[in-house]
Amino acid sequence: MSLQRTFFHMQNLRRAVAAATVGLSFAASVAAFADDAKTQYFPLATFRVGAYASSGIPVWAGEIDYFRYINEVEGGINGIKLVWDECETNWEVEKGVECYERVKGGKNGSPVPIFLPHGDPISKALTEKSVADKIPLVTIAYGRTEAIDGRVFPYSFPTVFSFWSEASSAINFIAAKAGGKDKLKGLKIATVYHDSPYGKETQVPLAFLAKTYGFEDIQIPVPHPGNDQSAQWAKIRQLKPDWVFLRGWGVMTPVAIKTAAKVGFPVDHIIGGIWSGSEEDVRPAGAVAKGYLAITPFPAGSNFEIHQKLKKYILDKGLSDLKDPKSFGSVYYNSGVDEAIIAVEAIRTAQAHFGVHPINGEEAQWGLEHLDLSEKRLAELGATGLEQPLKLSVQDHEGGGAGKVLQWDGEKWNVVSDGWVKSDRDLLLPLIYERAAAYAKEKGIVLRDATN
Amino acid sequence: MNFFVETLVGGLLAGVMYSLVAIGFVLVFKASGVFNFAQGSMVLCAALTFVTLREKNIDFWLAALITLAIMVAIAIAVERVVLRPLVNQPQITLFMATLGLSFVIEGLSQIAMGASVHELDLGIVDTPIKFGDIQVSQFDLVAAATAGVLVVALSIFFSKTRVGISLRAIADDPQAALSIGIRLQTLWQIVWGVAGFVSLVAGLLWGARQGVQFALTLVVLKALPVLIIGGFTSITGAIVGGLIVGAGDSLAEIYLGGLLGGSVSTWFAYALAVIFLLIRPAGLFGEAAIERI
Amino acid sequence: MTLISSAEVADFAPARAPVRPRSRVWIGFAVAALVVFVGVPLLANDYWLNAILVPFLILSLAGLGLNLLMGYAGQASLGTGGFMSVGAYATYNLLLRLPQLPLPVSLLLGGVIAGLVGMAAGLLSLRIKGFYLVASTLATQFFLEWLFNQFGWFSNYSTSSSISAPRLAILGHDLSGPVGRYLLTLSAVTIVTAVAIRLVHSQTGRTWMAIRDMDTAASVIGIPVASGKLKAFFVSSLVIGIAGALWAFAYLGTVDARSFNLDRSFEVMFIIILGGMGSIVGNYLGAAFMVLLPILLDHVISGPLGGAIDAGQLENFQKALFGGLIIWFLIKEPNGLAALLSRCRQWLARRTAP
Repeated sequence: MSLQRTFFHMQNLRRAVAAATVGLSFAASVAAFADDAKTQYFPLATFRVGAYASSGIPVWAGEIDYFRYINEVEGGINGIKLVWDECETNWEVEKGVECYERVKGGKNGSPVPIFLPHGDPISKALTEKSVADKIPLVTIAYGRTEAIDGRVFPYSFPTVFSFWSEASSAINFIAAKAGGKDKLKGLKIATVYHDSPYGKETQVPLAFLAKTYGFEDIQIPVPHPGNDQSAQWAKIRQLKPDWVFLRGWGVMTPVAIKTAAKVGFPVDHIIGGIWSGSEEDVRPAGAVAKGYLAITPFPAGSNFEIHQKLKKYILDKGLSDLKDPKSFGSVYYNSGVDEAIIAVEAIRTAQAHFGVHPINGEEAQWGLEHLDLSEKRLAELGATGLEQPLKLSVQDHEGGGAGKVLQWDGEKWNVVSDGWVKSDRDLLLPLIYERAAAYAKEKGIVLRDATN
Repeated sequence: MNFFVETLVGGLLAGVMYSLVAIGFVLVFKASGVFNFAQGSMVLCAALTFVTLREKNIDFWLAALITLAIMVAIAIAVERVVLRPLVNQPQITLFMATLGLSFVIEGLSQIAMGASVHELDLGIVDTPIKFGDIQVSQFDLVAAATAGVLVVALSIFFSKTRVGISLRAIADDPQAALSIGIRLQTLWQIVWGVAGFVSLVAGLLWGARQGVQFALTLVVLKALPVLIIGGFTSITGAIVGGLIVGAGDSLAEIYLGGLLGGSVSTWFAYALAVIFLLIRPAGLFGEAAIERI
Repeated sequence: MTLISSAEVADFAPARAPVRPRSRVWIGFAVAALVVFVGVPLLANDYWLNAILVPFLILSLAGLGLNLLMGYAGQASLGTGGFMSVGAYATYNLLLRLPQLPLPVSLLLGGVIAGLVGMAAGLLSLRIKGFYLVASTLATQFFLEWLFNQFGWFSNYSTSSSISAPRLAILGHDLSGPVGRYLLTLSAVTIVTAVAIRLVHSQTGRTWMAIRDMDTAASVIGIPVASGKLKAFFVSSLVIGIAGALWAFAYLGTVDARSFNLDRSFEVMFIIILGGMGSIVGNYLGAAFMVLLPILLDHVISGPLGGAIDAGQLENFQKALFGGLIIWFLIKEPNGLAALLSRCRQWLARRTAP
């Protein structure tokens, strides 16, 4: 009897201690920030564990390093410093949604201006919530392509390079290599894609472009996670396409490259997409990856002006978020820098219009839709060559639509395309607007006015 | 026709890789009667440890030895901490415990050694070898040879050494084995140790094939159909089951996939396993369970 | 004719608290209903409703479904994720193609379709038993995952085969806000739980428990084992299907390929094991544990310790801790949290008895 009593008391004691700890930690987190009145809160939904961690970690490092740079060196955005915290999503929808709900209210006086879902599935789950909460979701180089139409998707921004633009630019690069768009006729282009909504996003534009230019579009799915692709590449060996467009993610990419080499398909005729195209994707494939191509809106490199500044003020001073300095200037690291630049410039644009104070979602939406990163502004930022010129509007939430093609030489990436390879946006936009209209019809959404 | 043969051969060789992982399961099942879901994370742990040591420029064989020691230590710890307290529980509880264990091993491995993807270079150049018109991968052949050697070694171990014979005695009649003085605990630890060694070999080969990272743990999902088809208690069964699953998967992906639209390999091996279960519940080489009322 | 009396069956189920006078039970229910249906929506904020209470309710419902199959009928299954996806896609297509049907009807029909699919999968249980059955349910799980990913018809050919909820409304009231979705989920869970409790105490429930404990003996004395098993699969998958539909529409607003994958099946199985198989209260305890523990750990660890620990390490540590807790529970308390709770209540009852 007394044993049970002791057990019960111990349970009670343990529960009391737990409750006290929780209470104290809540109090502590509130008290800690009570005196920072004018800061801009910018929550970061990140993934540092799980199957995709190695792809994510350099991205957050790029973002955090740039934010730190803005705070330390430029004193914040017009004097308002950035304050951020991280929330682990494991690239999972449920956790992404929980993160979003947790942070959307803002922190000590500062609302949330922009939410970066950092995950294609998460962005789709948050589309409607973001409209209800009026917080723009910025999905750079991923996300739903129809969201380009801001009249139907007021708070979704697939900025810089949507998946449709990615497919189209890859085709245009192949065309350039072949000697012109007329030479595309009769070519066989196989797309090896991750069998998920992310991978399937390029099926429609490729089918359309195949019809337009006369090449043969073959689609070969790879079931998640893609660690055994012998059957798929055996098929490729049978079909003998001229080019392979690799839309992979995570382990699928190095396995694809290795398997391609195994069956003897020339690796320099494989073009990886954005999320198959960073150092972290090709290094595990080893020596056979030499010659592999990738298309990306974030070219690799640590010699851009902004990188030199980051190196001087952040990396060399030990303030970088990077644990592995090899990733400085990698494609994914630079994607983080690009994301941070766009976020900061959008906030700056909003501040110019609404006044210098912590920006909220609606103001940030205005800022994004009036973002104009011209060549001149990019030069001021030190991002020429790193970021393409961007001009967004209500009807164009993408604003860019071009990528560079890189080639892996075993040690690093080298740019092999002639600058920025533009996509056939004019051809694709009508189709995109059609899909947006269909979505609007299904949901009963009234189109916004195209002015803001 | 050539394409068919190539697909078949590629599939068989991939199947051997699955068998390697399955053998680890068979060992544990023979000793402890449990399907050790944590085997996948043990493979990851072995591969990660090896790669981390190699990246510190430690000699290949020394790194292998150190990794082996660590794996054996883990195996013994698992046996004492997880399996012994649960010794009389139903199989599903044991399975759930090994699932929890897989989380523990994964979490701790990644804390200790990080989450980035590593390249594992075993020194095997993977250019295809041509037999007439048919291409075969050099790497896969080496893997198949390794598996073959492992099977022979384990067969000798189980039929000729004292440990092996004791194990078979325990499997046949635990009470009798105990009564003649066979020490259960020591035996379990030895077998789990050997399973750890098998994890190391599997980890090295799989890591070399696809890079060392988290998805390595998913090989366990392919091992289960292999075991169902081959029998949970037979090493030969693991090899045969692996070949069947590997070949079946490859051929299904190409030919069935063409009809149905691809990615059938996610469920085909399991469908095959179900058909085997309906016809031969104990697997091709397994022991039929006698049901008592 | 009942072959096994309720008193004997009570011996198999985990101990329950002593019976209280009827009026007190009804008052207790009324108060609970008031708190849960009225108090919570008024007091809870968006975060609690959207990210904690709704998933907790839905996971308890899924746990209830699996419990009927595994805890009461003794048929182990890892196909939970797959059956949830059947419910989700079925309800989506009903809402889309037959918009005249009111929402509750579509939900129920979606569940029925999931139940039929479950029953078909359950045919395997007539030949295959125990751990091997688990492996067969894995076949179902992977097949269903593939099916919905492969054939665009199920997701209305959207570019990315992910579907989003059509408008949720009952009798003109829009349910798409956090409170609306919470109340929808709560009502569904309450109704289904009530029906399940009645089912479990009926002849069907007793048949199931006989099958679970000694199915060979049961068939010898004339208990309809085959139809009992199929019924278990049907009812279980129906409940799980409804949970799946709610997960897609009341919680996430979309269906993602990874929402109903093998990890989800494991998660629900953990819930009923931690909560206590064969106990309905256990579902709720298990689901609460599953949903709240990671969040609690997050707050407790990252609160006071903050930026001192790398976010990645923290997450890995949580994973290891979670696995450790599962093992610990399986060793120390194989009958789950429900048994723990009932022991506490018994102890309390003994203390307060005259």
